[in-house]
Amino acid sequence: MIFFQYLANGLILGGLYACIAAGFSLVWGVLSIINLLHGAFIVFGFYIAYFSYTMLGIHPFLSVITSAVVLGGLGYFIQLGLVNRVVTRSVLVTLILTFGLELMMNNAMLLSFSADYKKVLLEHPFGIAHFGNVFIPLDRAASTVIAFLLILLLWLVLRLTSVGRAIVAVRFDREAALLMGIDVNKTYAMTFALGAAMAGAAGSLLSVSFPVAPLSGPLFLSKAFVICVLGGVGSVPGAAVGGLFFGLLESFGAVLFGSEYALTLAFVVLIVLLLVRPHGLMGVKGF
Amino acid sequence: MTRQQLLLTVIIAAALLALPLIGNNYMLRLATTTLMYAVLAMAWNVVGGFAGYPLFGIAAFFGLGAYSGAVVQSSGYPIALAWLFAVVIGTIFAIVLGFILLRLRGHAFAIATLVIAEVLRELTNGWTDVTGGGMGLNLPFFGWSPTALAVFFFYVMLALAAITLVTTWIVANNRLGFALNCIRQNEDAANIVGIDTTRYKIIAFTLSGAFAAAAGAIYASWTGYIEPSDVYDVLFSIKPIIMALLGGMGTVLGPVIGAVAFLALDEIVWRNFLQLHTGVLGFLIVVLILFLPSGLSSIGLHRFWRKAASA
Repeated sequence: MIFFQYLANGLILGGLYACIAAGFSLVWGVLSIINLLHGAFIVFGFYIAYFSYTMLGIHPFLSVITSAVVLGGLGYFIQLGLVNRVVTRSVLVTLILTFGLELMMNNAMLLSFSADYKKVLLEHPFGIAHFGNVFIPLDRAASTVIAFLLILLLWLVLRLTSVGRAIVAVRFDREAALLMGIDVNKTYAMTFALGAAMAGAAGSLLSVSFPVAPLSGPLFLSKAFVICVLGGVGSVPGAAVGGLFFGLLESFGAVLFGSEYALTLAFVVLIVLLLVRPHGLMGVKGF
Repeated sequence: MTRQQLLLTVIIAAALLALPLIGNNYMLRLATTTLMYAVLAMAWNVVGGFAGYPLFGIAAFFGLGAYSGAVVQSSGYPIALAWLFAVVIGTIFAIVLGFILLRLRGHAFAIATLVIAEVLRELTNGWTDVTGGGMGLNLPFFGWSPTALAVFFFYVMLALAAITLVTTWIVANNRLGFALNCIRQNEDAANIVGIDTTRYKIIAFTLSGAFAAAAGAIYASWTGYIEPSDVYDVLFSIKPIIMALLGGMGTVLGPVIGAVAFLALDEIVWRNFLQLHTGVLGFLIVVLILFLPSGLSSIGLHRFWRKAASA
């Protein structure tokens, strides 16, 4: 049945999309910032994995850790030094600030990594599994599993650690959190760092599946927009569900309308959702 | 208007009108570009400045206008008809889109408008029969000399900028401007005191769309070749916002002053850092947002003058 093949493709794609959107959604939810840098973070994570593999032979799945640490650190300082200065201003100001930063980062990556598309070609791929007529590339399936583990980890961090509880508290009521002795600026920086770490990890994960160029960021970003609205802004489980839904939508949408109209389809869904269910499919109840 | 302001206006108008006599083609191109961005910044300002809605999709109207005009013009119709058609399409699109999108506020509105240009780019790419898809669209050549073309399009863009400026001024000093001002300050309150917010928002959105579409159509005829990734470029959405921020949001002249200041900077950057151009542009944006949050007026020239006078 070809139906099950599309289903499998959609679910595998969806895991990666969920990972792309989770950090973006967290930052939007807690900081009220539409972080246009997120796409560039993903691309940077990809290059970390790419060069780790081609130069050092490190498997991209291991580079997830490197990418998360490097981009988490980068994100922490970008938030602490730059974004925190305008974090309470209107969406116009914060969005343009992240746009300016994105231009800088994209330009730097373009000069350093050249404009052509790259992809990690594994020397020892995991192969392909057959279930009847359904083919599943195991590398992709593995990256989807890791993606969900990372989302679970993020969710646990928000649930169980003191940093996570601080983030949730700041999200619900900034002033009250401030009065309880939470350092709001540091918490914002941690949130942004977590978001950037998730982006970097996602970039490393998708290096085995997708070809990426320095200016691929906006492509991932526009998907993150839609998934974020699908799942409910700021909700980590919502991003997981939204990602899966979006993966299926793209997989089946490509069959019905042709893959060149993927973004148009996504946009129609985005608009309908914003108008009909502005809090996402599941609604937002904390994290 | 005081006498000094009147005098200044007359001098600037005379200098602009006489520019083709003095300047070379390079200066004319620069001036035409500046006028085009001034139109876009003023168009953005109606929704973004007056009504305070974070519109990130001027490029959608610009690109749509460029393609509507170019398609008509390349089918052999006169150029004026092509531009008129572009304005009509831009207006209709803005009314329909405004009806849907203007229910959204804040972040949701920002994202929805940010994506719309990308969607139009995708649709334009796909509709190969009419738009030429990714190959782009060549417009018929005029057969004029480069200088004659430069002068012609300079005056056309100047006329459009003048119309936009006058329209903005009328809007600002009218019921519409007042209503938009109320919407920016508190939309719910405006609604309660009886302002038909939906109607005024759609009118503002339509004005933005129509002027941006006109600028796009003229741009297409001027450059003679357009492609989707060129005219739907996100920079066409962002640069006008930065210009308005720089010159003063929600004022009549602010976007024009911002356009001049920004493009002067942009040109210097282009000339000196070709490879680093976008990076330096990004840096300028960051510096502007962090250190000049209220645009050029926050430099505080009056303070400087007072100090200079007391010294």
